[in-house]
Amino acid sequence: MVIDYVGVKEINGSLVVIDGVKGVSFEEIVDIQLEDGTKRQGRVVQIEGDRIVVQVFEGSRALSLQNTKTRLTGRPMEMPLSPEIMGRVLNGAGKPIDGLGDIFPEKRQNINGTAINPVSRIYPRNYINTGISSIDTLMTLIRGQKLPIFSGSGMKHNELAVQIVRQAKISGADSSNFGVVFAAMGVQNDVAQYFKKSFEESGVMSRVVMLLNLSNDPIIERMLTPKCALTVAEYLAFELDMHILVIMTDMTSYAEALREFSSSKGEIPGRKGYPGYLYSDLASMYERAGMIKGSKGSVTQIPILTMPNDDITHPVPDLTGYITEGQIVLDRMLQSQGIYPPVNVLPSLSRLMKDGIGEGYTREDHQGLANQLFASYAKVIDARSLASVIGEEELSPIDKKYIEFGKQFESMFVNQGNTENRTIEQSLDLGWKLLSNLPKSELDRVDDKLLDKYYIENI
Amino acid sequence: MTENCIYGINGPVVTVKGATEFSMMEMVYVGEEKLVGEIIGINNEMTTVQVYEDTTGLKPGDPIVGTKAPMNVLLGPGILNNIFDGIERPLSEIEKTEGAFINRGSSVSPLDTEKLWDVTITAKIGDYLNGGEIYATLPETDIITHKCMVPPTLSGEVIYVAQNGQYKLFDTVVKIKDSKGNIHELSLCQKWPIRTPRPVKERLTASVPLITGQRIIDTLFPISKGGTAAIPGGFGTGKTMTQHQLAKWCDADIIVYVGCGERGNEMSQVLQEFSELIDPKNNCPMTYRTTLIANTSNMPVAAREASIYTGITLAEYYRDMGYNVAIMADSTSRWAEALREISGRLEEMPAEEGFPAYLPSRLSEFYERGCRANVLSGGEGSVTIIGAVSPQGSDFSEPVTQNTKRFTRCFWALDKALAYARHYPAINWMDSYSEYFTDLDPWFEENLGTDFIEYRSNISALLAEESRLMEIVKLIGADVLPDDQKLVIETARVIRVGFLQQNAFHKDDTFVSLHKQMLMMKTILHLHKKAKHIVSLAIPISRVIELGLFDKLTKMKYDIPNNRLELFDEYIKEIDEKIDSINK
Repeated sequence: MVIDYVGVKEINGSLVVIDGVKGVSFEEIVDIQLEDGTKRQGRVVQIEGDRIVVQVFEGSRALSLQNTKTRLTGRPMEMPLSPEIMGRVLNGAGKPIDGLGDIFPEKRQNINGTAINPVSRIYPRNYINTGISSIDTLMTLIRGQKLPIFSGSGMKHNELAVQIVRQAKISGADSSNFGVVFAAMGVQNDVAQYFKKSFEESGVMSRVVMLLNLSNDPIIERMLTPKCALTVAEYLAFELDMHILVIMTDMTSYAEALREFSSSKGEIPGRKGYPGYLYSDLASMYERAGMIKGSKGSVTQIPILTMPNDDITHPVPDLTGYITEGQIVLDRMLQSQGIYPPVNVLPSLSRLMKDGIGEGYTREDHQGLANQLFASYAKVIDARSLASVIGEEELSPIDKKYIEFGKQFESMFVNQGNTENRTIEQSLDLGWKLLSNLPKSELDRVDDKLLDKYYIENI
Repeated sequence: MTENCIYGINGPVVTVKGATEFSMMEMVYVGEEKLVGEIIGINNEMTTVQVYEDTTGLKPGDPIVGTKAPMNVLLGPGILNNIFDGIERPLSEIEKTEGAFINRGSSVSPLDTEKLWDVTITAKIGDYLNGGEIYATLPETDIITHKCMVPPTLSGEVIYVAQNGQYKLFDTVVKIKDSKGNIHELSLCQKWPIRTPRPVKERLTASVPLITGQRIIDTLFPISKGGTAAIPGGFGTGKTMTQHQLAKWCDADIIVYVGCGERGNEMSQVLQEFSELIDPKNNCPMTYRTTLIANTSNMPVAAREASIYTGITLAEYYRDMGYNVAIMADSTSRWAEALREISGRLEEMPAEEGFPAYLPSRLSEFYERGCRANVLSGGEGSVTIIGAVSPQGSDFSEPVTQNTKRFTRCFWALDKALAYARHYPAINWMDSYSEYFTDLDPWFEENLGTDFIEYRSNISALLAEESRLMEIVKLIGADVLPDDQKLVIETARVIRVGFLQQNAFHKDDTFVSLHKQMLMMKTILHLHKKAKHIVSLAIPISRVIELGLFDKLTKMKYDIPNNRLELFDEYIKEIDEKIDSINK
């Protein structure tokens, strides 16, 4: 027997309290019908006896205490899945908005997903060639990794993400088993259009699933977007054996939506008003990257987040950094010098890199070269701060060499065209060429044998 | 008796209306799927349960069944070379029954109940056994002998012993009669509540170092067996890497590695690396002495809170057999955040930064379980606790770091600037400290001679001097310093790059014996002394630097293999010859 509950007891933001409900289960989806016939969906977020709190995805606008009919659906939030989902455009809650009709589901999957058993994970080792020197050499992306881009408003993270999608070569992947899931959370319409256009131009649109929650869409829907996107990605990767790259932008908007929801629920706030469970919540999404035994596919995540006020210690980038396996940090100073991609290499890192590079993967000298570039570039920063005090003229000869190395490193190595696709050998050779401007004795991070082999004397 | 049923649900917190017969910290099964939970609050209107699994789909009215016992773990053979989640469910068994994703309500026995163990009964009929004494032994792995002990709460006269032979986990091998005449059957395993420390006979002082093979730790900031250490550091500073290095190379008999709210890929890396890595001491895979507790960040938050206690209870169990155990908890901040999350759901009054007011007492309870002691089975055992801390925003003034600092005696502060320059381990030598020097110095003197302590204080003095000079250098550049100060900077560079920095991926550098550490210090200080003499004769320091000796010493960690320590004599000879040549 299906019961409609007429009216609600209380409305607070997007939360609605209903009394006298029987047989409800936690996290169940409810259908809410308004007087004028429009339908909304909501989720049960708290139960106290026969009183339930429902989060309405489309917002509580036009709801009143009397004009609604609520019906329990008896199941948690599920995403309809089928191979035909490729190439579709969906809204933030996973409903098609491209006018091509509903998805005829082969199966339905709970969008919250379940944790991958650590025993069943395959440790990621295969590297993804992005054709971007700074990333390939210094923070190599590995298949099955989650590597976020930490950016700020006005920086070129979107261009970088598009370039990665366009150039990414995954070994063993071709057009038949490579796909992109793109989740937009609270981004402007222009940004969404930019991604769409770029995907079309590079001819991958038929391999892309887009989930769009634009900045004027309801925030509650925004909280579902990454979960729906990852459910699609897991289905494509682990059941259809595809290599899926998931791009999620912008995670900061997601976290803000979560904060808004938490405060309207009256929860005790943690740092900067974000709920105490922000870490667990972010982790429940980021941890859905990886590879599992018994499946050929993989889920690689590139979440993009804008750091408010470029502050890397803000809770969102901070907690993200603790969960993800490294980060690519963009820098406003570099961007204003016209360097693209403006990757600030020192705070950037790829944790899985060490096992996916070197002999048999890229080249024997890769790790040593990367360590040396990091160490030498760190000295450049020291020399620059000294120069800002005493002036460049007064620096010791070796510090001057570092300043020169720093300039070249930024303008030749980090900087590259947004269609320029460098092979890993080109990038590594370029690195050695730049290092060879420094005296050999300064290069203490590289094994002597490799140093003799690759160092270019008398350049 | 009325059946207890669910009244309210909020995330992992479930409430039962009305007075119930449950007791605090009792373990309960929630709902039709029998999700594991624990009673965390009782008053006469409401009983509060925290559920260790995802609560989606629970309904008001679903039953809650008590177990009449606190949250406990099963202790017995099969713990080593295994991987569990936060409430001791075996993950590889779960994989076999459920596939790659963990579903709820899995009821798999923590330890293998069918496996036959080769048991040797050591107790005889008529023996009187006290709590904690051994009645049987069996080889658990090739290198670890498992000792079955009478539960610490029992004692009595042995009235039955089985023959030596093969037994399963729950087979009765010994029966004892206590003073009241009750007969207790002892199998190969026992249960113990995770939040109660296991008793010891008496605690001992921390007088033996835990040798880790990591130079900066062994030399500058040593930790004792039974000691406690904290490794705080922002993301990307190498906390996990340092923990892995310690787990691989420290000289404990047993390693308990708790991955608490960390990355899944990291755990699979530990699993893979440890099973491939051969322990040089006994030629067996590292996993033979290791047990892993993996509660990754996306697994239920309440189980994350329990995982730390599960880990320490397993560690104490092996300590009671007389082993030296080291437990790595990565990371205790995630555990503290789990406390905060649950406290928030209970609507408790928050203290600093939303953490509950009882955070310091919980932390101290945990770290106090680390000790070196005379154990009940006779002999000595120890539990060393090494906890990683992930401070929010890399800010060491946040509550978890500050409170951890109060309850641990070693503080290995990881530094972002060092990590950015890829100086690993990125332990900052100015901010870190160890309070174990005075306790451990007699051991160092006895085993390595007084020189070691002298070298160590010289090295720290040079580093402190350098850091003072660097303040000046930052303002006016290194060129204007007098030669003797330039020498300090040059020597300190050798210490930093050649000694403190250690390459975990280099076969000779990943583990370095104390003896080699001492010889390295000796060589560096010898060069410093010689060069200082030259500088005092008003010969420019550039002449010494031109000799290339400083550069040579920065590479000696790679150039001198661990089995050819006699090469250090040649280094000393070379230093003498070359420096004397300038002096002529």
